[in-house]
Amino acid sequence: MSEPLAPQHGPEPDESPEAPPATVAARFDMMQRAGGILVPVITGVIAFLIGGVVIAATGHNPAQAYWDILKGAGFNWLAHPWDTDIAHTAPYNFSQTLLQTTTLILCGLAVAFAFRCGLFNIGGNGQYLVGLICANWIGVSFVNMARPAHILLAIVVAAAAGAAWAAIAGFLKATVGAHEVITTIMLNWIAYWMGNYVFQQGGPLQAPKNVPLDIPISADVVPGAQLPVFWGIPALQGLHIGFFIAVGMLVVFWIVLNRTTLGYQVRAVGYNPAAAAYGGIKVRTNYLRAMAISGGFAGLAGGIDMLGYLHHFGTIDVQATTIGFLGIAVALLGRNTAVGVGLAALLFGGLVYGTTHGLQSGAIDPSLAGHLTELIQGLVVLFVGADVLILAVWNARRKVRRRARTPQPAPEAGS
Amino acid sequence: MSTYVGNAQRVLRSRFLEPKAIGTLGIVLGILAFWLAAPPITSRTLTWSLLAGILAALCGLIAVTRGALKVGWGAIAAAITGIGLAELAMRSSESNLNQVWSASLIAQTLVFATPLTFAAIGGMFSERSGVVNIGLEGMMLMGAFWGIWGADKTGSWVWGIMIAAVSGGLLALVHAFFAIHLRADQIVGGVAVNFLALGITGYFFVQLYHGENVPPGISQIPDLHLTKDSNHSFFGNSFGSLNYMIWAAILLVPLSYIVMFKTPIGLRIRACGEHPRAADTVGINVYLVRYGSVVLSGILAALGGAFLTVGYLNTYNENVTAGRGFIALAALIFGNWRPFGAFAAALLFGLSTALAFRLPTYSNNAATLFQALPYVLTLIAVAGVIGRTVPPAAVGRPYKKQ
Repeated sequence: MSEPLAPQHGPEPDESPEAPPATVAARFDMMQRAGGILVPVITGVIAFLIGGVVIAATGHNPAQAYWDILKGAGFNWLAHPWDTDIAHTAPYNFSQTLLQTTTLILCGLAVAFAFRCGLFNIGGNGQYLVGLICANWIGVSFVNMARPAHILLAIVVAAAAGAAWAAIAGFLKATVGAHEVITTIMLNWIAYWMGNYVFQQGGPLQAPKNVPLDIPISADVVPGAQLPVFWGIPALQGLHIGFFIAVGMLVVFWIVLNRTTLGYQVRAVGYNPAAAAYGGIKVRTNYLRAMAISGGFAGLAGGIDMLGYLHHFGTIDVQATTIGFLGIAVALLGRNTAVGVGLAALLFGGLVYGTTHGLQSGAIDPSLAGHLTELIQGLVVLFVGADVLILAVWNARRKVRRRARTPQPAPEAGS
Repeated sequence: MSTYVGNAQRVLRSRFLEPKAIGTLGIVLGILAFWLAAPPITSRTLTWSLLAGILAALCGLIAVTRGALKVGWGAIAAAITGIGLAELAMRSSESNLNQVWSASLIAQTLVFATPLTFAAIGGMFSERSGVVNIGLEGMMLMGAFWGIWGADKTGSWVWGIMIAAVSGGLLALVHAFFAIHLRADQIVGGVAVNFLALGITGYFFVQLYHGENVPPGISQIPDLHLTKDSNHSFFGNSFGSLNYMIWAAILLVPLSYIVMFKTPIGLRIRACGEHPRAADTVGINVYLVRYGSVVLSGILAALGGAFLTVGYLNTYNENVTAGRGFIALAALIFGNWRPFGAFAAALLFGLSTALAFRLPTYSNNAATLFQALPYVLTLIAVAGVIGRTVPPAAVGRPYKKQ
């Protein structure tokens, strides 16, 4: 957790480089410097290998299964990218993978931004749901609004709702020091039951007009509030312009974090709150601000999904929503950097689509492969957090560098 | 001699007039205000409830003016909610009230509280030893799935429970290894353990049962019949035929209290959670104690999960625990990392779940929102509004031997 370890450790004369750094953010900064892209790649490979062992142990062919998942995700489209006709399987699957990537980028950023401030935002799923509910509400009402204004309003309200939801946790952290992990978990479940309430039979957003009364599902977002589709057709879940919003947010994330005073303060608090406070930075304000911005990313994800391709939502969908949690794996595998989150989101986006709807395989059934995503997600998060593993790589690199006696510039810490 | 008696009397009197005692009396009166309107009394006039509520508020005011702020405000809040609930109860029909507020509510509360109790007590062992256990949900889920699988394959619920315990213990061992030896961030590790459990149980549920409900007729944990089944007295409906696991959970509470606070083992566990370096210095094997505690927490959480499937539902659905592990975590925090506190919180959360199942008689919407109550209460509790929760000092910090 985020308290300094110093009082417990005392002097450690010859082992000081091995002492775990004080805060979560400092730990992950260490990880970033340790081996650059090596650690996440090793982590990913090990996770996929263990997944393969499970596939093999249950009597399926792992190589064939992974190859089919790769095709299901449409990654083979990259070999012939000039073919963009969604009537063909590969381009269609890849457009669907990008649809998932859009959500995952924003959910990953929600976790990553808080992480850089030394906070662990597990509440991405709740913030996503809150954003989604608000976007549905705005998208269904205000029928006569002009399209750009309607879309803008819905997206801004969704992001603001996510930000407000996360800010509750940030506020409690800043004022009474309540641990953000506990509060965000609780807020997740409160959002979960709120979602069940608004869409259930007789709930405020349930749509009795165009569906039978007993189906717990919302009305469709009016066409005037749906995001334009640029690849594919809307009826087949085409890729909408929300993808560019998500990619734009990666840039915003990088600029805010690395080129603004706000980002500097957030990172300083993340490395060492005590030192930041000594330097005149208001730690509490930054906790609140970082959580709100984090929640804003997740709320935005919910808003974009609702306007982009979901258009309606039901209680069953609320109960099945776990994409906000996947943001944790995306952020950790992407080492909380903009580029890393983008790449990890693409990987997991492919995994989510390639193991479920996109999968056509004789080797492994989609209902089985879908759980592979959860397994790999768990393994990635498990390995990424292991200090000793990372320190081993870090120390090995130091040794190699010392032996070579040619000091090379260390890779950039942040990006 | 007489002075001693006088002193004793004075002490006794001051004890009863202490602001805290008055405040507690106020809270009791506030609950009474509601109780008067509920079965079996079912007073149909608000007068008595109003009287009790006003008395409760007065007690609260006295307590607040004399400095017992938390208890005093608690009494005032209890008075207001008591009168409000009584008013609501007045408005509803008597038959509806009897349906919601009956003796079987106690039995149902205990059913819902049992998995929470197992997991919360397990979590207490882990966190008291200094290892955060966010992974309770995952360990519970492992117990739920492998428990019913074991009962199905061996044909005996005893083996089902055993296999559940082993599966939960193994998952906890993974968490322990990463938290203790690899010094991974314990919260990140716990989150990972939850994902792993979701993946493993989901994968094998499809592999072994094709993602459909497990076949009916699996050996079930039996009920302990204290009365005949035909007995529909108050006792018969509430405690008459409870599952063995429910009684086990009730027994677990004092047992874990004794182990944790009255034995050398408990002292060692708490020492590792408060100051591992000091514990190491006096010769306690911190790693061993933490491994043991975390694995025990996995076993207990898995037993809670096994009760859910082998004892109560007698079937399995995907992700059957549905966040109960997190409610258990909430109960642990709400109960301030103590067995009786955690049990009381588990009972409260169990009651709220049981009520949520009955409230659709009145309003479907209210029933759904009611399910969020445990989480709202925990949010309020960690915010420090009703007493500060104090976690073990070294919880979440990896320990490195020197």
